Amino acid sequence: MSNVISLNEAEVQQDTHHDSHLEHHHKETFISKYVFSLDHKTISKQFLVTGIIWAIIGGLFSVIFRLQLGYPNSTFPWLEDLLGHWAKGGKIQPEFYYALVTMHGTILVFFVLTAGLSGTFSNFLIPLQIGARDMASPLLNCMSYWFFFGASVVMMSSLFVQTGPASGGWTIYPPLSALGDASSGSKIGMDLWLVSMALFIVSSLLGGLNYITTVLNMRTKGMSMTRMPLTIWAFFFTAVLGVLSFPVLLSGAILLLFDRNLGTSFFLSDIVVAGKVLPNEGGSAILFQHLFWFLGHPEVYIILLPAMGMASEILSINSRKPIFGYMAMVGSLFAITILAFLVWAHHMFVTGLNPFLGAFFVLLTLLIAVPSAIKVFNWLTTLWRGNIRFTPAMMFAIGFVSLFISGGLTGIFLGNSALDIHLHDTYFVIAHFHIVMGVASFFGLFAGVYHWFPKMFGRFLNNTLSYIHFWITIVGAYLIFWPMHYEGLAGMPRRYYDFSNWESFKMFGGLNEFISIVSMVVFAAQLLFVINFFYSIWKGRKVTTMNPWNANTLEWTTPIRPGHGNWVGEIPEVHRWPYDYAKEGKNGKDFIMQNVPVGADEESH
Amino acid sequence: MNAVALEKKSTKIHPHKFTLWVGIGSILMMFAGLTSAYIVKRNQANWQTFDLPVAFWYSTAVIILSSFTLMLAVSSFKKRMMGRYRLLMLVTLLLGSVFITLQIVGFQQLWVLGITLQGNVSYSFLYVIVGLHAVHVVGGVIALIVMCLQAFRTRVRNYSIMPVELMNTYWHFVDILWIYLLVFLLMIK
Repeated sequence: MSNVISLNEAEVQQDTHHDSHLEHHHKETFISKYVFSLDHKTISKQFLVTGIIWAIIGGLFSVIFRLQLGYPNSTFPWLEDLLGHWAKGGKIQPEFYYALVTMHGTILVFFVLTAGLSGTFSNFLIPLQIGARDMASPLLNCMSYWFFFGASVVMMSSLFVQTGPASGGWTIYPPLSALGDASSGSKIGMDLWLVSMALFIVSSLLGGLNYITTVLNMRTKGMSMTRMPLTIWAFFFTAVLGVLSFPVLLSGAILLLFDRNLGTSFFLSDIVVAGKVLPNEGGSAILFQHLFWFLGHPEVYIILLPAMGMASEILSINSRKPIFGYMAMVGSLFAITILAFLVWAHHMFVTGLNPFLGAFFVLLTLLIAVPSAIKVFNWLTTLWRGNIRFTPAMMFAIGFVSLFISGGLTGIFLGNSALDIHLHDTYFVIAHFHIVMGVASFFGLFAGVYHWFPKMFGRFLNNTLSYIHFWITIVGAYLIFWPMHYEGLAGMPRRYYDFSNWESFKMFGGLNEFISIVSMVVFAAQLLFVINFFYSIWKGRKVTTMNPWNANTLEWTTPIRPGHGNWVGEIPEVHRWPYDYAKEGKNGKDFIMQNVPVGADEESH
Repeated sequence: MNAVALEKKSTKIHPHKFTLWVGIGSILMMFAGLTSAYIVKRNQANWQTFDLPVAFWYSTAVIILSSFTLMLAVSSFKKRMMGRYRLLMLVTLLLGSVFITLQIVGFQQLWVLGITLQGNVSYSFLYVIVGLHAVHVVGGVIALIVMCLQAFRTRVRNYSIMPVELMNTYWHFVDILWIYLLVFLLMIK
């Protein structure tokens, strides 16, 4: 039996080996090369480009609802031309406002920062950095993208149905989301949302299975777990989080679909809609929140961990110093992964949760501050007295650390169940999670794109545009979200359509207008990035050396434009950890790549 | 390179098998979500208990039997007794289909008693949990059909053990999952 396996394996190995030699003779059609590609590098680019398109749409939505918040008493006739009956008389309708907020959240949380971030960089970097020709299962990988594409098509089509897309917040709490009669956004739009998310979950599970298997099984010779770059550790834990938490959201979504369409009462009880008493009895809306947040909280780390991993890598490379406390970095990633599953009820402190139970969730939530602080400490000590090169990627990585600190600190406020009574559902929450999860992860994403763009496309991005993009984005992000803390502390609730009628919140009119103006400027700066991105794919400065950043990891040992199979000839063997910077290498270089054997005068790592 | 691969593979689990195990973990999480929702709901007001239909007992016997026939099929495959392998695969396929039919019969028995999907939440939970399990068995049955077609194909013969072992693992998983769910539904009414 074992003979049979080995023979089979040998065949497979030979096949891939064979391919890599024959790549120049091998004719690929447009379809097999760019559409249903099995190459992890192409699939990652597909995720990235789809993510960029979604980011533009999701960002644009925020600009449109900021128009309403910043100028509640003005009308914009051009909006009616653009949006039809959703902006009757040039004023965004309340139902559409809520739909915009909902879709902004859904798109950015799931389609951009989950699929666009993990999908892009896990796919791109895992095989390249661990020394594998491709993923464990290229077919599942390809399917993962096309399920995501299907989810995108369904979600996109929900934007065009007559009753509008799902509205009820990205958390789609029942009973509002379960009852079509309750609001126009709970009609067909909500069914499309659920179907799209089911497809999305399948996509992210297929991807996650592949990432985990590849990291654990496909590492090249010498690449022990503790020699893996921190990026790979981060992608690995991200995938573990996704594989264990997304199925729970799926079960919640299935129960919600039953409630919506088949007359069950999992989440519904004693409801009167439009003067009509509904027959549903015995359901519990809180149950949905438990199922949702059991995914919802790990989801935050699914978004954040890849950004942490890439920031660690980029900070070390551009400080020309080993990462400070490698094992502590891995350990804190692990601790965050475990804690991520034990804190979901901190989203539910004010739902009538037993305060005694709440106390445990407060404790566990505040415990996350420990690994987070370890990470921040290690990033700062990596920078400390480093020989820093301020490349665009490095700027964004440092920006990530800054945002993670300032956004993380407000998490300590929100993690307290007593303070949460006041802060819950205010702009303080908006400010907190946008800085620490949204913008910080976006900075990780940008850092990754700027750093690995040369490997992806064999060209550089334009530096000037990159720096303009960075400064507008970081200054803008703070100008947008910092004032929101004050609004939140004053009790200004989130998801409201118009604050000008409220005596308590009238005074924030000017501030809201300011935030809206900045958000438009920041959105414009992101378009600058998009232009830079697509222009540079074809017209950017060409990469002429294999290792433009003088980095240690294996992806820089591949040809400038690697083919399917990544390495021509044999996969390099790994002899050392990936952070041998500030160490005297050959020819006076200050770094030693992972595939360089350990010299006689060195201790092995 | 090949030598390295061979040496490495002898101590390591095959990537596809590993992927399946992680996938099983993720399916388990979905059922963990549903069963914990079930427990939470049960401790709230207005929960009604009822007896499971008789058909579920027969279906349990059938799926356990099918696990044994599949196990025998795998061992015949390893001994290259392809005739017996084909026969046992067909029997497993048949038993799998009977299992699904019996689940549907069970649902019908409940429905006649007034235990319908739209009734009490405890009824709805039974339909969703048992139904989702049945969907996973249907997935297994489809895989069995594909493997039977391959086994009977004469033009191309495949002696790779991997698909057979993957099938084996998955099928035992849905079997054990069903027994767990049955015990769960019996113990926690």
